[in-house]
Amino acid sequence: MTDATPPTRTGPLAKREARLAWGLLFPTLAAVSLVVILPLLAVFWISFKPVTLADLRPPTPIVREDIRGDLEAPGDEATLRYRLRNSSQDQPIRGVTLSDAWPDGLEAGELDPACAIADGELSCDFGDWEGGQRVTLRIPVTATETYLAGPPATDSPPAMTGSATNVLTSFDFTAENFVRIFDGDEFWSVLGVTLFYTVFGTLGALIMGLFAAMLLNKSFKGQGILRGLYLFPYVAPVIAVAFAWILLFDPFSGSANALLLQMGVTSQAINFFGERPLALIMVTLFEIWRYFPLSFLFILARMQSIDHDMYEAADMDGASPFQKFWYLSLPQLLGILSVLFLLRFIWTFNKFDDIFLLTGGNAGTRVLTVNVYEQAFALSNIGAGAAVAVVIFCCLLLFSVFFFRVMSREEGL
Amino acid sequence: MRLLRHGLLAGPILGALWALVVATTVAVAMSLFTGDAFRPALAGGLLAGVALGLACLRFGGKQRVLIPLAVALVLLTLGGLAGIGPLEIGEDSAPLAAWTGRVATLGFTGLGLWLILEELRPGALTRHEFEEAVIRFLTGFGYIFFTAIVLIPFYVMVMTSLKNQSELMANPLDFTIDLSRGAELFRSYSELMTEYSFGRYLWTSFYVSVLTVLITLAFAIPGAYAVARLRFRGQALFSRSILLIYMVPMIVLALPIYIAFSMTGLRNTIFGIVLIYPVTTIPVALYMLQGYFRGLPAEIEEAGLMDGLSRLKVIWQITLPLSLPALASVSLYVFMIAWNEFLLAFMLLDDPSKYTLTRGIASLNSSEVPRQHLMAGSVIATVPIMVLFLGLERFMTKGLTAGSVKG
Repeated sequence: MTDATPPTRTGPLAKREARLAWGLLFPTLAAVSLVVILPLLAVFWISFKPVTLADLRPPTPIVREDIRGDLEAPGDEATLRYRLRNSSQDQPIRGVTLSDAWPDGLEAGELDPACAIADGELSCDFGDWEGGQRVTLRIPVTATETYLAGPPATDSPPAMTGSATNVLTSFDFTAENFVRIFDGDEFWSVLGVTLFYTVFGTLGALIMGLFAAMLLNKSFKGQGILRGLYLFPYVAPVIAVAFAWILLFDPFSGSANALLLQMGVTSQAINFFGERPLALIMVTLFEIWRYFPLSFLFILARMQSIDHDMYEAADMDGASPFQKFWYLSLPQLLGILSVLFLLRFIWTFNKFDDIFLLTGGNAGTRVLTVNVYEQAFALSNIGAGAAVAVVIFCCLLLFSVFFFRVMSREEGL
Repeated sequence: MRLLRHGLLAGPILGALWALVVATTVAVAMSLFTGDAFRPALAGGLLAGVALGLACLRFGGKQRVLIPLAVALVLLTLGGLAGIGPLEIGEDSAPLAAWTGRVATLGFTGLGLWLILEELRPGALTRHEFEEAVIRFLTGFGYIFFTAIVLIPFYVMVMTSLKNQSELMANPLDFTIDLSRGAELFRSYSELMTEYSFGRYLWTSFYVSVLTVLITLAFAIPGAYAVARLRFRGQALFSRSILLIYMVPMIVLALPIYIAFSMTGLRNTIFGIVLIYPVTTIPVALYMLQGYFRGLPAEIEEAGLMDGLSRLKVIWQITLPLSLPALASVSLYVFMIAWNEFLLAFMLLDDPSKYTLTRGIASLNSSEVPRQHLMAGSVIATVPIMVLFLGLERFMTKGLTAGSVKG
């Protein structure tokens, strides 16, 4: 009998399977790398570049053509005028040329030395242009019979060429963006706000979720309805609920203020989203309100899978309800709680829409993600925005290391 | 703690706390419903709570119904005649509203305490009995609290959309609807539909979301199947990195996408939006689906393979029909993400004729547009997703939990 040894090399079947697997994964891989990996690399690239919003359009030469004087009869004289300029005020353009069809029978007077007319074509070579440079070409022309029979000179659109260095693709790097965002106290206050928002938002949502899950962890009539109801904040569009909150807490016509005044809690209207420490607390509360349903759902699912026998055994031993919660439920839930904490921590850290809609990052609520938008679009400094994005990404890498440690332990991934 | 474990002490304390909770709830609810001045009264609340808390203790026999009922009636007359009660009611409120408030407060306080203190005797209590009562109190409080915080913003949203600017400013608490206005009530909605072309936004949002779902599924199903079933090098690494991608913040990606779209002219096109939305949902859809595929018995598929089906046919004829519930959950979840998406629509769409619903609502947020229009827009965006969600709640909750974390 020959020895039956398992094959050590991958056989043809296994290879085929692997090929199929990569084939099936290819569309996803391609899409994800195109829209996630590539942009991420782009963010790193841009963060080292002095780019502003205006630089997104590369400088181009612009031309306007008109004719001064009337050409109605043979022998009429006029001036054909080309007004040229560099679209950018500070970027040079190299090798600027102009070309335009020259109509038959139009006689040109003295030409600019940069230009020549040959074969029914006007062509000019201007060399390099400084930023903001303007040139006006004036060509005195005389009309003839042939010209008057054809279309006027301004009918053919003039074409211009010229190459400019695009800041985005040049190898011109600067660390100025990072210096700028780390400079001053602003960055540290933004980081502090982010941490406050993330930590308390996450913990709050988790604790509220745990509480809500305990409420619904028994079957009674209407449990399904309540469960659906408690998910509303998470399911509704963020823009709708954010505006509802803004309206509810409006300092002038908000119901919350009217209610508090009527109950005698305050004597004057409170500007919930406009005062310094309060606004941050409010956006954190909004975060908790909006995301407790998610934690609640996960915790409830875990609770319902806990073995019931343990509780019966504990009952026999005379454990009180709080003891049962503390010594039985909580240790069982610790796994899901830690996974949820990390997941929610990262997502809250990434959250942009909520704060952007509620306060726009004003009144001491500017977190890192809102700062990206603020730098890139409000201050139109895309490079600085990208630098903040890089900082966010580095923080996330740090969190993910923790996340995968815990996740591997909990899920056995 | 030990001192508290006596029925004659625990009963009144829980009673007082519960009475204050109920009084506050009723005051807020009545204020929001009628616009009249209701406020909880501390002294009256404490008095009613203590009295009812004592009355609801288990003295033995049938008194557990009669005594609380008698006490409640006494308190009710006291409130009605002398104005001493857990609620302070403004002079100008309608008698009907005032009495509804009083009866509701005392009724719910009594009923709640009757349930909370069911096991409590007026003597020394075991730890078990005491904690049971505390937990019942917390449960009752929890139901009220969560229901209130969830419902109030939505209530305000709907009611505001039915009112007009001057009414809103005059009394922000008055959410009563004048039914005699008839169809006039829905003026904000009809104006949105006619003047602000919300009908078109609704349609755009709908087809963008549906396309997103279809494209996402087309990408995620094969990918998820490969990760769940096929053996290849890097499989473990792959199933991990899917989640990692989901953790990249959108704003970090939005910046280069904005630049790229500006340069290629894809900004301000629905095509660009449809191009970008699925990519944000593919990783999570893939993760959810692969979790489900793993749970399916491989034997059925192997039987199919033995019978001469190709892998792709196996997926199409065996795996997919078996995973219809998961596909429904994933579709619903992806639809929800696409429907609610705000950031990308906000950054990439400037042309009002191409707005999605969320972008359209954002454009209403200006001082020139009345507030009720903004709220009507919010309602228009919220209702479809809520209807879909409540109708398919079973799939939704399963879908939300299934992929992410196994129980």
